[in-house]
Amino acid sequence: MLARVWLVPALPLAGALVNGALALSGRPNKRLVSVVGVGVLAAAFAVAVALVAQLAVSHPAAPLVFHYWSWMPVGQLQVEYALQLDALSGVMLLIVTGVSTLIHLYSVGYMHEDAGYARYFAELNLFVFFMLNLVLGASFPVMFVGWEGVGLCSYLLIGFWYNEKINADAGLKAFVVNRIGDFGFLVAMFLIFQYTGSLNFTDVFAKAPTVFTSGDRTITAITLFLFLGCAGKSAQIPLYVWLPDAMQGPTPVSALIHAATMVTAGVYLVARCSALYALSPVGSAVVAGIGALTALFAATIGLKQWDIKKVLAYSTISQLGYMFLGVGTGAYAAGIFHLTTHAFFKALLFLGAGSVIHAMHGAYHATGAHEDPQDMRNMGGLRASLPWTCALMWIATLAIAGVPPFSGFFSKDEILGAAFARGHTEPLWYLFWALGLAAALCTAFYMTRLMLYTFHGPNRTGERERAHLHESPWIMTGPLVVLGALSALGGALNLPALLGGGARLEAWLSLPPAPELASGTEWSLLGLAVIVAALGMVGAWRLLPLDRLVPARLAPPERGIGRLLWKKYYVDEIYAAVIVRPLVWFSRTVLWRVIDQGIIDGVGVTGIARVSQALGWIGSQLQTGQVGFYVVLFVCGVVLVLGAAGH
Amino acid sequence: MTPTLALFWAFSAVAVGSALLCITRKSPVASALWLVVTLFQIAALFVILDAQFIAVLQVIVYAGAIMVLFLFVIMLLNLGRAGPSDIKGPVGLAVATLLAGAVGLQLFILVRASPSHDLILPAGTLAGAEQTQGMVGLVARPLFGEYLVPFEITSVLLLAAIVGAVVLAKRQL
Amino acid sequence: MILLGPALFVSALIFTLGVAGVLIRRNAIVIFMCVELMLNAVNLTFVALAQSLGIGGQIFVFFVMAVAAAEAAVGLAIVLAVYRHRATLNLQRINLLKG
Repeated sequence: MLARVWLVPALPLAGALVNGALALSGRPNKRLVSVVGVGVLAAAFAVAVALVAQLAVSHPAAPLVFHYWSWMPVGQLQVEYALQLDALSGVMLLIVTGVSTLIHLYSVGYMHEDAGYARYFAELNLFVFFMLNLVLGASFPVMFVGWEGVGLCSYLLIGFWYNEKINADAGLKAFVVNRIGDFGFLVAMFLIFQYTGSLNFTDVFAKAPTVFTSGDRTITAITLFLFLGCAGKSAQIPLYVWLPDAMQGPTPVSALIHAATMVTAGVYLVARCSALYALSPVGSAVVAGIGALTALFAATIGLKQWDIKKVLAYSTISQLGYMFLGVGTGAYAAGIFHLTTHAFFKALLFLGAGSVIHAMHGAYHATGAHEDPQDMRNMGGLRASLPWTCALMWIATLAIAGVPPFSGFFSKDEILGAAFARGHTEPLWYLFWALGLAAALCTAFYMTRLMLYTFHGPNRTGERERAHLHESPWIMTGPLVVLGALSALGGALNLPALLGGGARLEAWLSLPPAPELASGTEWSLLGLAVIVAALGMVGAWRLLPLDRLVPARLAPPERGIGRLLWKKYYVDEIYAAVIVRPLVWFSRTVLWRVIDQGIIDGVGVTGIARVSQALGWIGSQLQTGQVGFYVVLFVCGVVLVLGAAGH
Repeated sequence: MTPTLALFWAFSAVAVGSALLCITRKSPVASALWLVVTLFQIAALFVILDAQFIAVLQVIVYAGAIMVLFLFVIMLLNLGRAGPSDIKGPVGLAVATLLAGAVGLQLFILVRASPSHDLILPAGTLAGAEQTQGMVGLVARPLFGEYLVPFEITSVLLLAAIVGAVVLAKRQL
Repeated sequence: MILLGPALFVSALIFTLGVAGVLIRRNAIVIFMCVELMLNAVNLTFVALAQSLGIGGQIFVFFVMAVAAAEAAVGLAIVLAVYRHRATLNLQRINLLKG
């Protein structure tokens, strides 16, 4: 059974090919597309469950590697297409296939009216195929194929409605920023190969302790370059700027790619390379530090966003920061745990927001209004029209805010606990812990703000539209229920020993252990976390002017700090001025006009033509038509021949 | 210095002198006549070199037919008198001197080489063969034997030359 | 008497004079005569070598003379035709092949 691991990526690939063919055929049968699209994912999930179950039973000592074919045998470099099945990839497998199935199901309802229905499912299936390659890959190159592939599908899906320039631009931005990260990944791969002579995970991690001495420059460089790749793919400082723009894509895409799966690839990478990060204190510190900083930074921006999806986007960036804080501190299992719980509640939040937007959009469409269906200032009091969505999103909000006994509480607390514990030996980690705690406060605040503005208080949508607001069909609300249950109960996966649980996920993953805390300290930290969450939520309830909000087009412009946060610290504008514009100028003026047109075209192409012409002109000067001149040339030739003969 | 050698050098001197005069005369008729003198000298040299039949041929064919043809054409075109000089100007002369000098120098170096020893026949072979076969027979036997094909081809060539000359010189075809 | 060396020397001299003549004259017929001079020098070479290397040299002179005759005939016919056309034999003025 375990050898059939190839089925898991193969099924979505088959789905992508079938749906792609249907999309190209011109008039695809929507029912067939839905059945194929969701069916392959459900089947892949079933296979994944069977695989992990068997893995749990057989409990192999080492990761199982299945070789399929030899891809790049070049001298010392032997790259094969091989899939690796172990505890970590098993967990990722379940998350990817499970959440994907739910989101595919949701998409059947959400995208039903769209003309590009078949294309959507083809691209979404293709995305899952690449993501599975990423998590199942047994070597860096195979993982990199998945890494690049998900980037491609992300580009295709962000710019799904490509007829509008803003969507196409967003897709392009995502792809280009990711490329910068990919460069880091590649350099790290080169260095790993140079020092260990292999690119397979089992070989590299086995050799790492002997080849690299802890803390020296090479391993630090490798870990930092790998993290550059993570910063691009998982939207950390300084390469997070693509993720808010990526909200231009359909909401299920945001849920799947930019919340649950693709953006977590970076965290998975660090966890996978735990052997390398354990050898580099500097690298781990950078990972944790940037993670903590990003967590707070993004959370503050989320405090002042009005677009419901943008709030969730910055929330994702912030939560990813938490995950990196976890794996950077050495609490790899905690990071993966938070990855799992985040997949549940963030997907739920996005899909719920999708239901809200679906309702708002439908209402505006019915009355012919042109308001922004995603702006929270146009919402309010939607609890009456969308009760199920409201209730389920509240579950997710409590989870993300870190309210016990919901899943997010346990995962977030484990990370903060590990950071605090490490602070005992390295005081820098106290700073990271403090940043994380501040971010938790902001998280509770902005999430409560989102819920209050959207579902509670008076309705600002408009008299005529209000009547058209309605709950989504069951095909969309059903997956929300499943995710709600998982967000509520997911904590059971890894209940810490302190609270009587068996820390089962941590035991299952068997990654290097996290720093330990004394139980007294741990209880105090738990209490502190609950207080912070409560403070954030109550603060939002009390401080926000819920009754004084006006619809978006009447709203006054922001001022002061509010404006700074709303404008996301002007980071995009700074990048545009400092990086983008000089590059574009350089490309246009130097590279294009001087080098391409001037040197390559002018000197190279035209120059060669002119040399040819000149030689031809010289040749034609010799054709005087004068016999006497020809005779002179003839005798010159004779002289040369005689000279050669004499020699 | 045997008498033969002295005669050889004498004839050579006249040949070279008349060749020089041939190339420097302004009048084409004068050039042609000096060329005739040169041909006669060379015929004499042929005799000294044991090629008596060829010498006679030289006089009859070359000096007697070809040069006469030249003179006919010169007369036909009324080029008898010395017209404006048709020797090239100083630049042309310089180039000519240079190139001719180069050719001459190379030739003088080249003619110092002698044929390889196993090809050289013993000293009196030619003269001896002449005694037994006679001068004409000496040339005729290989001509109709070994070199028959070139001989026949040459006759065809001469036919072509006749036809060509007639066609080219016609006023109206 | 074997006179190979001196004969070759004389032949080279006459050949050089022929080359010089071709290079310095402009009149077509005179140039032709200098070419004949060169052919004669070559004939002398052949005959000189025939003494040492066999009768083949003299046979070749035979052929050279036949070809020279044919060439003279055709060449002079061409000269006549050119003169009729262009009324000049100055080769510098005859440059219809200028490219």
